Amino acid sequence: MDFPTLLQVLDSTVRLATPLLLACLAGLFSERSGIYDIGLEGKMLAAAFCSAATAAVTGSVWLGLLAGIGGSMALAGLHGLSAITFRGNQLISGVAINFLAAGLTVVLAQDWFHQGGRTPSLLGGARFEAITLPFAETLRPVPVLGPVYAELISGHTLLVYVAALLVPASWWVLYRTRFGLRLRAVGENPEAVDTAGVSVQATRYAAVAICGLLCGLAGAYLATALQAGFSRDMTAGRGYIALAALIFAKWRPWQALGATLLFGLLQAIALRYQNIELGGVGLPVQVMDALPYILTVVILAGFVGRAIPPRAGGEPYVKER
Amino acid sequence: MAGAADAGAVATSAPAIELRSISKAFGPVRANRDISLVVRRGTIHGIVGENGAGKSTLMSILYGFYKADAGEILIGGRPVQIGDSHDAIRAGIGMVFQHFKLVEPFTVLENVILGTEDGALLKPSLAKARGTLRQLAADYELEVDPDARIEDLGVGMRQRVEILKALYRQADILILDEPTGVLTPAEADHLFRILENLKSQGKTIILITHKLREIMAATDTVSVMRRGEMTATLRTADTSPAELAELMVGRKVLLRIDKSPARPGRTVLEIEKLCVTDAQGIARLSDVSLSVRAGEILGLAGVAGNGQSHLLEVLGGMRPATGHVRIDGKELDLSGPGCDGRSRRAAGIAHVPEDRQREGLIMPFHAWEDSVFGYHTDPALQSAPGLMDNARIRSHAEDQMARFDVRPPNPDLAAQSFSGGNQQKLVLAREIERNPDLLLVGQPTRGVDIGAIEFIHRRILELRDAGKAVLLVSVELDEILGLSDRIAVMCGGRIMGERLTSETDETELGLMMAGMKGKAA
Repeated sequence: MDFPTLLQVLDSTVRLATPLLLACLAGLFSERSGIYDIGLEGKMLAAAFCSAATAAVTGSVWLGLLAGIGGSMALAGLHGLSAITFRGNQLISGVAINFLAAGLTVVLAQDWFHQGGRTPSLLGGARFEAITLPFAETLRPVPVLGPVYAELISGHTLLVYVAALLVPASWWVLYRTRFGLRLRAVGENPEAVDTAGVSVQATRYAAVAICGLLCGLAGAYLATALQAGFSRDMTAGRGYIALAALIFAKWRPWQALGATLLFGLLQAIALRYQNIELGGVGLPVQVMDALPYILTVVILAGFVGRAIPPRAGGEPYVKER
Repeated sequence: MAGAADAGAVATSAPAIELRSISKAFGPVRANRDISLVVRRGTIHGIVGENGAGKSTLMSILYGFYKADAGEILIGGRPVQIGDSHDAIRAGIGMVFQHFKLVEPFTVLENVILGTEDGALLKPSLAKARGTLRQLAADYELEVDPDARIEDLGVGMRQRVEILKALYRQADILILDEPTGVLTPAEADHLFRILENLKSQGKTIILITHKLREIMAATDTVSVMRRGEMTATLRTADTSPAELAELMVGRKVLLRIDKSPARPGRTVLEIEKLCVTDAQGIARLSDVSLSVRAGEILGLAGVAGNGQSHLLEVLGGMRPATGHVRIDGKELDLSGPGCDGRSRRAAGIAHVPEDRQREGLIMPFHAWEDSVFGYHTDPALQSAPGLMDNARIRSHAEDQMARFDVRPPNPDLAAQSFSGGNQQKLVLAREIERNPDLLLVGQPTRGVDIGAIEFIHRRILELRDAGKAVLLVSVELDEILGLSDRIAVMCGGRIMGERLTSETDETELGLMMAGMKGKAA
């Protein structure tokens, strides 16, 4: 692999890792508060549809982004209602949200746009444009560092940079603020939080809301930055891969960055090398497409080691006795 | 302790807590009925009562977990509304629960500030708490490493963290729910010293316990609850354990266990160099050697988690081990295919496990079904090979329940609908009625009411007098001293020594439980 190809693969890694990272951080906030969220996928999908549809109609990517966040947060609220207020089973609620989003997005897209479950292609101001960082072009001739800066660091859309900044921000919120302390405590031992005079429910709702917000960013990124519009099931299991990355990262923000970059790299490689010949035999495209998912299983089964989830995860909080 | 002078000094100020006609019902169950209570400032006030007498409900109302249906709460003479824990904390009430409410992966400091942080950022709060903790440690003998993680601390330390949490929140009134259940005697003594210190600084302490000895030693005033009612409030100096027990149960109770001297016969159980290493590679039992003879009770004392449970599990066939165990000279299979409960029963061992709800009974099953578990392959209980004779089992169960005074005597009720004491009687009935050579019994009266304790103890003694061997494991030193003929003490998976009950006392056993070797065993 020559240098420019490597750069291209890494550039593609960054773009593909971004939605995973946003969804992974979303799951991190929710699960750290004790609410398991298997519905990341559904929330991303809803956000992708809402943002693409709104952007297509209004021509504004910003309104699209807001709509995407709104759609995702609505589903997050639904999950919160069933998991926190009504103490339902969190897995079932999450699965239901995934089904709801998968069906509803296609039905609405077909009814509104008549393009076989897609939204119209987004053009111009209805999409996030790549941002060229200062001096990208002037520095390009500098050997090695120039192309790295111009190709890899510069030239992404706004949400990519937002996602990157969210990693230290999440770490800071979780470990350096009162809200973070309470959020982590409520995922480990809600009774301790309750007897300390803090509302378990309010803390968990806040966490679920953040989860909805971040999934909204992830979905909007898919439809208005990575692609130009919504197509059915366009999340393609990214919500589940984000969950896998979350476990791989052991529910910690910096490790989440590393894990999602790894999964992004796998996807980038699969995308780049669609036709590989091994010893004269051409590997089918499907094998390469399946590779990231197969490796997800292998990594989770073999390399994670002991991942200790938040102790109160998945358990609805019922005041004792 | 609190003499008359003491009482006179505080009589002028308003009581720390005054409850007026508190009532609380859960559906048809009236957990608290018209309860009035006055707790004077600067005293240690004990509350005793059997399980289900309503102590915990009352304290939960005081701490804002439940809302009383009727009644009034006055703190320092002023009526207050306590809707949640936050209100209780604001009113100056701190609570140390029986099951600690700590976040295990957090440090001591983080646990202490949780819920009372000074601002949105943690740093200033942590710094302030560090200083306050140092001060509290100096004032009350409450030393704890502020940066230790809770999961690395022992129970005694965790309890200190709970007390520190309450004091950090500037509690004037401290409620402790069964605080000594998990402590060694030395740790318990330390706790009572801390409580005395707190009292002398003007704090008010409510101590909930079922250990009458602690009430007598530590409190100034004691209130007794029975069936949701407050039956009496007495000056501790004016009462006796016997009177308190009678008030709790509503009839005369024998606190001392009457027993005849043992007539030990042949050696039934022989344990030699038993070792157990758990999945994490930690040695749980190291070179344990013991023997129990027919017609005697060997008591195994120790703080919970020092290997007693593992020993019972090995003997009950629930856990593999290395070493030798012989029953009447016959070697047991400790790690091979013969290491299961069934072959142990066949060898004449009956087992009343420590956790009756997880290991002794299947809670949602009927009492009659539970009455044969472990013995269900007995041909006498089958109508044809592989088919259970349910009618016969049911009538068996009915007899058993009558003989063991299980209330209500209805074999069609699910095991979970009996009280703790009656569940224990179900298990005991099943195991004792099989007439075993050796009875293993773990924590026979944990969570069992005083009235039922007496009955259970008598049954165990009867079995001994019938010439059977009994191995008794209990964390209640009183129970060990009352029932056993000989006592072995465990600490850290080792036998620290053996004593004849008649030649030892609580102090010596307490030292051995804390890991100090007595005279050579």
